[in-house]
Amino acid sequence: MTVAADIGPVAASAGAARRLGFHSPRFSARALGTAAACVVAFLYLPIVVLVIFSFNDNTVTTLPLRDFTWRWYEAAFTNQDLLRALGNSLYVATAATVICVAFGVPAAIALDRVDFPGKTVFRRAVLLPLVLPGLITGISMLNLFRVMGFNLSLETVILGHGTALVSVVVTQVFARLQRFNRRLEEASDDLGARPWQTFRFVTLPNIRTAIVGSSLLAFTLSFDEIPVTFFLTGRENTLPMYIYSTLRQGITPEINAIGTVIVVSSLVVIFASVYMLSDKGDR
Amino acid sequence: MSHIIELHNLTKTFPGGIRAVDDLTFAVREGEFVTLLGPSGCGKTTTLRLVAGFEEPDRGRIVLAGRDVTEDPPYRRAVNTVFQDYALFPHMTVAQNVGYGLRIAGVAREDIRGKVQDVLRMVDLLDKIDAMPAQLSGGQKQRVGLARAIIRRPKVLLLDEPLSALDVKLRESMQVELKHLHQKLGISFVLVTHDQKEALVMSDRVIVMDGGRIVQSGTPAELYDHPATPYVADFIGTSNIVAARVVESAAGFIVAEAGPVRVRAEANGFAPAGGTRVQLAVRPERALLVARGTPAPASANRIDGTVLESFFHGNSVRINVDIGQRAPFMVDVQLQLAMGQAGVPDAGTPVTLVIEPSCISVFPDAGAR
Amino acid sequence: MRLADRRRLFAAGILSGPLAWTLAFMFVPYAIMFTYSFYTRRFPTMVPDFQLGNYLALFLDAQYYQVLLRTMKIASLVTIAAVALAYPLAYFLVFKIASPRLRAALYVAVVVPLWVSYLLRAYTWKTILGSEGVLNSFLVWIGLLDEPTPLFLYNQFAMVITLTYIFVPFCVMPIFTALEKIPRSLIEASKDLGVGRLRTFLAITLPLSVPGILAGATFTFSLTMGDFVAPFLVGGADGALIATVVQSQFGTALNWPLGSALSMVMLLIVLTIITLSDRLERAGRLDLA
Repeated sequence: MTVAADIGPVAASAGAARRLGFHSPRFSARALGTAAACVVAFLYLPIVVLVIFSFNDNTVTTLPLRDFTWRWYEAAFTNQDLLRALGNSLYVATAATVICVAFGVPAAIALDRVDFPGKTVFRRAVLLPLVLPGLITGISMLNLFRVMGFNLSLETVILGHGTALVSVVVTQVFARLQRFNRRLEEASDDLGARPWQTFRFVTLPNIRTAIVGSSLLAFTLSFDEIPVTFFLTGRENTLPMYIYSTLRQGITPEINAIGTVIVVSSLVVIFASVYMLSDKGDR
Repeated sequence: MSHIIELHNLTKTFPGGIRAVDDLTFAVREGEFVTLLGPSGCGKTTTLRLVAGFEEPDRGRIVLAGRDVTEDPPYRRAVNTVFQDYALFPHMTVAQNVGYGLRIAGVAREDIRGKVQDVLRMVDLLDKIDAMPAQLSGGQKQRVGLARAIIRRPKVLLLDEPLSALDVKLRESMQVELKHLHQKLGISFVLVTHDQKEALVMSDRVIVMDGGRIVQSGTPAELYDHPATPYVADFIGTSNIVAARVVESAAGFIVAEAGPVRVRAEANGFAPAGGTRVQLAVRPERALLVARGTPAPASANRIDGTVLESFFHGNSVRINVDIGQRAPFMVDVQLQLAMGQAGVPDAGTPVTLVIEPSCISVFPDAGAR
Repeated sequence: MRLADRRRLFAAGILSGPLAWTLAFMFVPYAIMFTYSFYTRRFPTMVPDFQLGNYLALFLDAQYYQVLLRTMKIASLVTIAAVALAYPLAYFLVFKIASPRLRAALYVAVVVPLWVSYLLRAYTWKTILGSEGVLNSFLVWIGLLDEPTPLFLYNQFAMVITLTYIFVPFCVMPIFTALEKIPRSLIEASKDLGVGRLRTFLAITLPLSVPGILAGATFTFSLTMGDFVAPFLVGGADGALIATVVQSQFGTALNWPLGSALSMVMLLIVLTIITLSDRLERAGRLDLA
């Protein structure tokens, strides 16, 4: 490591730090702990605010709190436009997840065990949407559909989500495959199993939780997606697009209510997903 | 048709130009226990993988029970493998692991259970039938691996360093068990190992490999007593290897000189002319250590030296003796025959080594490693 | 069939789907977008052409390059803030939480918000920072302010806060992973040699966690740059980011060629950042060996 050059100035600053009392392990641990707690609070505070105000009997989200009420939930769940958008979102997310699995799992397997010319380009392309703003995926596919003469609809949104989110499945399944002991497949071949049997009885059970976990993630992300949807949807709105458009007209606590429902159910799904993607899910 | 498996001119080169197996030819008889022995990278594991069908040779043929299986995938070959890291399916119970081969073959569920119990009884693991692999010890896992591989009654059982992950005690008892299992099953075993002791203990025949080629093939005793090259002499057991020059060559005997030392040796089928450079190999236990001046048979070589140090090995003592060569000469002395613990000579004691000419192996120098 | 043929068949079978998908929905669309970026706009559509006007506009028209500069500024601020918040948190989790189970639980707690609705997380800041919002009413309530101030919302400050909030978990994730990978023995060895805590951190821990920082920074910068939701929700009159401009080219402004050119530039910037951080990370990895 090229650290030797740094020692001089660093040593001086360390001396200064010691004189100032920063060196005390207890001080630094406590300071660090406090900082960490603040960051966690920063992460959850807005969610807490959202939940609290969804039950607050006031048309504006302002303190002090007033009475507890369900009326925003009642309003949300009697709003036909909102329910229709919710249905659309569920349809889109389900279909997009199917696409992600159908193309993501083979892609992960190919990246894990097949060598072919252009593999690096393929890998980069498949993983690009992880870092690429959804806007670019949305616009480029909008261009494509225009050239092909497709009318925009929920189906074009599904294709867009599939493209943007397939990388979620690819990365997770690929990571699991990398940890998977290939000898197990050889053992299966050796014991007389055909390739499809080996996949069905040995490979699949060992990557199943990664597939389920990552598809739950893809589902949630598709359900909440805006940038791609914005460019690819036709007359029909998805739920986040519906919320997005109502926000133009200002905030209503109804959004807090449906938001709370979305956040809470997302949290449940994501915790399940993260559990499956962890070592424990790996078993 | 007594050969169950034949390998003809197998060659396998890996990407990067590494020739793992180089024009390899050998055959295994029905019921024979053959060991491929060599250091890591000698091509022994690749050979096994070629037989199993996990790799495909660039050239050559593999014939199993009279049928050419060179291009067959693993699942069409009547061989089964025991893996070094066990390769047990982590999501299946012991019973499911062992019964996997039968389930794949479409055997009825009721029949599978009985057969699984039979083989588990054979490897003494019946009480773990419903355990998960993660709950088993290393030795138990390897028994499951074994049971899983023999349940289909393969024509040849391939064992890839099956005991190397086990500790010494367990390894020794498993060696005996494997040997017994081989006798009980009567099928051919091909074992791959880098452990020469293991090879000598278990095998009917040992094939020593180096650089993808066979260096020597023979029974354990043949290899030990008549190593074909200094490489084998050194790899199997321990040998004192001394570079020397032939000064006299006659009627089955040669006389060779290495610095101040001059010895007579039996030239077993190898009769180098005077002046040739050779290597001499002597097993540490084939030299007799006596006090300087002790009488010895006239036919034996006598070499004077000085004790450097000694190492206690429990039932024997290894004594390093300086005989004016680059390396000290190692002599093993059995304790009950020797002078007792107290009688082990101190460093600096002048001694004489008595070596029969038949105990010296003569090899051409260099070329053959 | 020979093994090599079987492998080729397998490769073809497994690859054809994903490869076709990638070609059809990534490479082809990018190519079309690239082509459009040279077209000339003729309201309300466009005509095929080959001219660089759309790209030049980005650099010559103050309206566009100012937005680009602002985007770079905001993205940089957000990246710095997110890393600055994420690092101590990740460090605390890895080195100060002794129980692996608690550490895993806290890590999950930190990372999970990342996947929760982007829109709602951005939207809550609108409700917090607004002039009738939680922060204002709180400050008035405790008497710190006499009346609500509009200063919190609809400006670049609000955007930086909101986007930082959104991307902190994105930074915690790779930094946590990088820190966890550092062998404890290395740090103990350093302390064993009498090197102080701060020096150990600066000489060992920090350099070894650079790949994690780079990964987090790449995510944050790139995704901030392409965001148009936060500017819409909490940005003010001077809050338009490059993505907002791009978005409007396909909406109200109806200038697809310009929008395509801007998208190409964004795509290029993102690719450059990825490549750069990949290089740096690899250089960092070599450093370790």
